[in-house]
Amino acid sequence: MGLALVLALIVAPEDLDQGVSQRIFYIHVPIALTAYFCFGLGAWKALRLLWRGDSRSDLESYVAIHQGTIFGALTLITGSIWAKASWGHWWLWSEDQLVLFLVLFLFYCAYFMLRFSLEEGPRRARSSAVFALFGVVLIPVSFLAIRLAEGLIHPTVFTREGPQMSGSMFATFCIAWAAVTLLAYVLYRVELVGKRLDSDLRELREAFE
Amino acid sequence: MTYVADVVALTRKDLRVELRARDTLPAMLLFVLSTLVVFHFALPEGTGDDAAYGLLWVAIVFTALLGLARAWVPEHEHGVLDGLVLAPSDRSAIWLGKTLATLAFLVAAQVVALPAFVLFFAPLDLTALAGVLLADIGICSVGSLMAAMAAAGRSREVLLPLLVLPLAIPLIVGGVGAAISPEGARYLLLLALYDAVFSVLSWASFEYVVTE
Repeated sequence: MGLALVLALIVAPEDLDQGVSQRIFYIHVPIALTAYFCFGLGAWKALRLLWRGDSRSDLESYVAIHQGTIFGALTLITGSIWAKASWGHWWLWSEDQLVLFLVLFLFYCAYFMLRFSLEEGPRRARSSAVFALFGVVLIPVSFLAIRLAEGLIHPTVFTREGPQMSGSMFATFCIAWAAVTLLAYVLYRVELVGKRLDSDLRELREAFE
Repeated sequence: MTYVADVVALTRKDLRVELRARDTLPAMLLFVLSTLVVFHFALPEGTGDDAAYGLLWVAIVFTALLGLARAWVPEHEHGVLDGLVLAPSDRSAIWLGKTLATLAFLVAAQVVALPAFVLFFAPLDLTALAGVLLADIGICSVGSLMAAMAAAGRSREVLLPLLVLPLAIPLIVGGVGAAISPEGARYLLLLALYDAVFSVLSWASFEYVVTE
């Protein structure tokens, strides 16, 4: 993570077009990708829960989506700063990736509302899992919808011809991405261990009463 | 064949309950008409028709939410849902029956609301009407599943709009696009895709939501 920061801030060449503000790219894009990855992981665990009836997956799915929401909030903040620096606006509705991310973010916030209003038990686990699955289906459909409706100015760095950046920029980007993914993974494990301890403790306490 | 018979029986049950109690449909009708009147005052003088189409979609979505919020109330008040889940039929038939009944209410409300919209604001062409119908199907199928989830929760009236609105965004994009865009057919395609994907998903996952 530290190495990635150093590389991102000092080593990588400046973008001719956007200057120093472009450096936030090394933080913003990995965080966004990690958030998508966490949502995907949450949905995958949810699918496992529904398919196999594996009750441990419930907590894993919840923790993954929780991490995804945190990284999603960070993405919106860093993206907004970058947008202000390079486009001159904090927020642009004409931007499909921004709108898609906001829709997803709202959707997963609703996930927590749903989860905390239901009573604990297998039914809550299954309802949350169904909702998490709806999320991954919503991503492509809303992407299509928003793309249909809007024009494009988001810098599309990854096109069909491969990444449009120089070697050292790409290396920095990869290291930053790896660092953020590692961070997300560590946070995921820590939260999971904490939540598991919590629920074990509760079970023990109930057993004693 | 028994599946179809189950669905028909469940839909008829909902329609009959509504005919006797008249809880939902008059409320939806009154709501959508009042919303249109409010919109007349909310839009400044001289705003174009496009803004009116946008507001029509706000009215449609909130009317649907009003109907959906009531959808599972009779089931929960009298413990009917437990009986239905125990009944020897496929559980997804319960979802399909509820979706069809809600769709019937929503279309009935629109039979009044859309002419009123044309009268007050702007004309609707055939593509726009097809968009309304396709979006109705989508919002009822997703909404009746979400309403079943929310009904089990503590704060169901608050929860339902939070669950449905993010999911309804592609429908609103498609519906507004079908009404105002010159190439409305693409938006209709989007709506049809949404309906197909989310109906299958809701149909397949309903069982997990209602069983204990």
